[in-house]
Amino acid sequence: MATAAPPVQKTTIPFWRDTRILAVLFQVLFVIIVVGVLWFFYTTMMAGLRQANLLPSFAFLSQPASFSIGESVIAYDPSNTYGYALLIGVLNTIRVAIAGVILATIIGIILGISRLSENWLLRNVATVYVEIVRNVPLLLQLFMWLALTQTFPRQQDSISIFGLIYLHNRGVTMAWPVTGSDFGAWVPWLWLGLLAGIAFYVVRRIQFARRDRPGVAMPQAFLLAGAVVAIGYVFVGLSNGEWPLSLSIPELQRFNFVGGIGLTPGFAALLAGLVIYTSVFIGEIVRSGIQAVNKGQREAARALGLTPGQTLRLVIFPQALRIMIPPMTSQYLNLTKNSSLAVAVGYPDLFSIAGTTLNQTGQTVPVIMMVMAAYLTVSLVTSLFMNWYNKRIQLVER
Amino acid sequence: MATEVSQSQTRAPQPGIDVPGWLRKNLFSTWYNSLISVVLLVIVVQVVTGFFQWAFTTEGWIAAASNGRLILVGRYPAAELWRPQLALALVAILLGLSGGVWRGIAQALTIGFAGMMLVLTALWTQLPPANPPAPLTTELVLVGIAALVGGAYAAGRAGGERLRWPIIVGWFLAYPTIIMILQGFGGTAVPTNLWGGLMLTMLLSVSGIVLSFPLGVLLALGRRSSLPVVKFFCVVYIELIRGVPLITVLFMAQLMLPLFLPSEVRIDAVVRAVVAVTLFSAAYLAENVRGGLQSIPKGQVEAARALGLNVVKTTLLITLPQALKAVIPVLVGQFISLFKDTSLVAIIGLLDLLGVARAINTQPEWLGFPGGVWRETFFVVAVIYWIFSFTMSRSSRQIEANLNRGAR
Amino acid sequence: MKRQLLIVLVGALAMILAACGGQTPQAPASPAPADTVAPAAPADTAAPTATEAPPATTAPPAGGETQQPTPGGRIQTILTRGELICGVNQVLPGFGNVDSAGEFSGFDVDFCRATAAALFDDPTAVQFRPLTAQERFTAVQTGEVDVLIRNTTWTLTRDGSVGLDFGPVTFYDGQGMMVRIDSGIETLEDMEGATICVQSGTTTELNLADNFRAIGVNFTPQVFEDADQTAAAYDAGQCDGFTTDKSGLVSYQTKLAVPADHKILDVTMSKEPLGPSVLQGDAQWADAINWVVLATIQAEEFGITSENIGDFLTSDNPDIRRFLGVEGELGQGIGLPNDFAARIISSVGNYEEIYNRNLGPETPFNLPRGQNALYTDGGLLYSPPFR
Repeated sequence: MATAAPPVQKTTIPFWRDTRILAVLFQVLFVIIVVGVLWFFYTTMMAGLRQANLLPSFAFLSQPASFSIGESVIAYDPSNTYGYALLIGVLNTIRVAIAGVILATIIGIILGISRLSENWLLRNVATVYVEIVRNVPLLLQLFMWLALTQTFPRQQDSISIFGLIYLHNRGVTMAWPVTGSDFGAWVPWLWLGLLAGIAFYVVRRIQFARRDRPGVAMPQAFLLAGAVVAIGYVFVGLSNGEWPLSLSIPELQRFNFVGGIGLTPGFAALLAGLVIYTSVFIGEIVRSGIQAVNKGQREAARALGLTPGQTLRLVIFPQALRIMIPPMTSQYLNLTKNSSLAVAVGYPDLFSIAGTTLNQTGQTVPVIMMVMAAYLTVSLVTSLFMNWYNKRIQLVER
Repeated sequence: MATEVSQSQTRAPQPGIDVPGWLRKNLFSTWYNSLISVVLLVIVVQVVTGFFQWAFTTEGWIAAASNGRLILVGRYPAAELWRPQLALALVAILLGLSGGVWRGIAQALTIGFAGMMLVLTALWTQLPPANPPAPLTTELVLVGIAALVGGAYAAGRAGGERLRWPIIVGWFLAYPTIIMILQGFGGTAVPTNLWGGLMLTMLLSVSGIVLSFPLGVLLALGRRSSLPVVKFFCVVYIELIRGVPLITVLFMAQLMLPLFLPSEVRIDAVVRAVVAVTLFSAAYLAENVRGGLQSIPKGQVEAARALGLNVVKTTLLITLPQALKAVIPVLVGQFISLFKDTSLVAIIGLLDLLGVARAINTQPEWLGFPGGVWRETFFVVAVIYWIFSFTMSRSSRQIEANLNRGAR
Repeated sequence: MKRQLLIVLVGALAMILAACGGQTPQAPASPAPADTVAPAAPADTAAPTATEAPPATTAPPAGGETQQPTPGGRIQTILTRGELICGVNQVLPGFGNVDSAGEFSGFDVDFCRATAAALFDDPTAVQFRPLTAQERFTAVQTGEVDVLIRNTTWTLTRDGSVGLDFGPVTFYDGQGMMVRIDSGIETLEDMEGATICVQSGTTTELNLADNFRAIGVNFTPQVFEDADQTAAAYDAGQCDGFTTDKSGLVSYQTKLAVPADHKILDVTMSKEPLGPSVLQGDAQWADAINWVVLATIQAEEFGITSENIGDFLTSDNPDIRRFLGVEGELGQGIGLPNDFAARIISSVGNYEEIYNRNLGPETPFNLPRGQNALYTDGGLLYSPPFR
């Protein structure tokens, strides 16, 4: 502990009235109390765990998990370890979070713009929708979505959309491209396209810089890359007689659909719930962001002859984005954290798999610590990324 | 949070005033607006007619209706029902008085509350009679409470300004008093594991709001403190709590807390839920309050210090009131999400409003209903949640508007 | 405005103090950490040697007075608290279920009541803590519940690294599989590619993976945390099969929309001995739970029921006199009153009464006793002698 600085003031103040000493004393006391309380919790916990022979250890992570997981991004088998199973949980959480963030942003932007639309009906429908969704707890909505999936027809009576997408009470199954045997021949073309796009972009950028004038190169670069890849695709397909990618069409076998990709009801319910709930908040952020842009900007853009759509896309939105980024970040984080409610709809996210793990190994404390650390990491990484993006966006302002 | 900045520029057509013109301007101004209008109109008509068809033909309402008591107070013993009723009456009196004295929002809330009681009464008369019959029928109690609100409102108007401070004091005493009434202050104790339904949800949210507010303010002040240790602690606490989902905090509180305490100490499950919700919400509140504090111009502090106010006085009298005023809408938004978040306790085994709804859905009596009764039950519960959070958000807008008017 | 805001603020701050004050009576021991931690440390070194708990030095109880067992143990905590906290299932009719009036009932629940009767001579001195399968072990480990009686399978891992101590088996069960009759499934081998509903945090979940791996059949698990949700998902057709303990399947079948559309396959996928469990490291409390269960079995063997116990209290048979605590000091050694068996039988009944009340022919489940009969009737129930 740093000892209190010796009083150097000319007029002697009694030390109990010297704010600097008081501050130090107060902080020392504060540290003692906090550390004392934590130490008390820790020793009580360790004593209890030792008595039950449950001392925390991470050895379980390398033991076989021997429970199966309904869906995972990467291959998983019950003979894999607990550590690997938890990784599956992390990936599943990230999967639903990323899908949720993307969809919620799109729907949110549409909602936000609708709320400001000139169209009376659209504006009011959007308002009613927002007021309904945001005042009902997310968990209740999730339960409703899950119950709703159960009222869908059974697989035999699936709702078929052109034979490519099937809706049924085990989720959604849809056709999906899979790599064919000639995929290898196409891979060089992918690289070629990527390189061409980058090269084009860099060259254009240099040109712009030399002429000292702003310009847009990204869309053309993408177009070029896409063209190269498409030409390659046709070339490989024609020369080998077989296309690199083929569409896997789902087919109902005895119990389940085979082929295509499927979304389980748990995933569908969770995603629907998260997206609809979060998009409403994003919509409000978008709305206030747009409203915060100076009215003169809109008028100036219209005076320059831009259409309302162009005004929104080229003038209003880029400026609104700066105001929107910080609150959007916290909504994205909320969505990620809310995905832990997956446990209520039977989707194997991190929290759900951690629950199974701690149930089977008895290592409650380490598992919960790991779960919290994982969420913290995701939160902090997202925060950092969005801060970086925020800075980048702000720099555009001259 | 989101504020109603724009007054809608257009109003619905006044009778007798240029309907085609209004339609053309607001629904069919361009070809794509016409398209959107037509499509939306079809969807809206479909949804609304579908909803009413369902609402009037389904027989599943019986599940929610016959579990009215479970929804309102959970498993609270029938013989002790006078306790929640007394608590409600207390709130009714205070609300009525406030409405009479302050008018404005309080008055609107009073009218809404009395209206709710009457609507509930009307609904209740449609229900099968209680079994066993209560000494005071629910209808009578509800009407009585509505009357109490009215009486108190009249008294408030008559009393006027003089009643201000007594009412404020009354509100502050109401919370501990109600807890004592419910817990069995006099008579047999009612263990908290029997509390449930709307009562538990309200209790958790009100406790969470009342307790997390001062804690959040303290954390916000701590985070801006010049004392490095305090600041460090507050930053760690706020970021830690904000980084993890509420469900993990509740899991810790409900299942792991006994691990950290000696085995003789046992904290009630409801109290633990309150503590978890409070600790969680306080971290978010702290960030909101901090935003408010940051918006105060430095000159305010310097002027206060120049006037000879010390740090504590400057904070309490100058910065904090301004900061809180600036963030009232955000704070209410936080309270609304706290209110909704209390539904998570349903996952960890408490029978709150949502937990009750799930319990009702699985009661064996409703097995015969095709597709189950979850639509009706969840709908009823959703409406209850909706009424409360919508009221809160509307009131906050009203307060905000009043404050802005004052500032002008 | 400002003044009122300030008052509100100060009031709110006062409130938190008031609230803290209101809660302190429930947590009186926290200000004295040193005192409360100290006993725990010696207790843990003593625990391994304490398998034969020394008889309490206090005088034998007079009448129905609860005796004071060795201090520091779980029994002492429970007696001081005045009620037992029992972790139970709340959604498995027959074993642990809560009805719409909020009352708990079931086979497991009755063993909680039996334990409360043994400790307090009052079968209602028990607080039921409903737990999901996934929460249950954490609740035992942390001391959230005193005893877990929640159709829990006794396994080595749970007895060992999960940190439980199991009592005698109260119910011998085996894992089964329920399918729709119209699915045409007859054996597990028919289920290639099927989706199977299973509850997480159960041995069932593990056995399912093991069994299907052994026969080389691929399946998709649909895992729910909540047993009711699992059954509901199966009922809605989201799964082709539903697996849990056979007794559980029988119980759930009654809750399905059309019970007759479903059948339980004639396979037993595992051994599922269900029994009560307590936190390991407290031998006395584990012993007490053991003998509470055994007392119900022994009572059935003696033919003592809640109705005829009065006749037996005056019996001359020394075995029965000892068992009912009329003579001897059997209870003392395990921290229970000497007449604990008599208390259990008179308030909850013997094993047969408990079984018949919850699972027997009079109930919708009508489970035959099977392995759960006394050894004298060809079953597996066998109590060591009470002496």
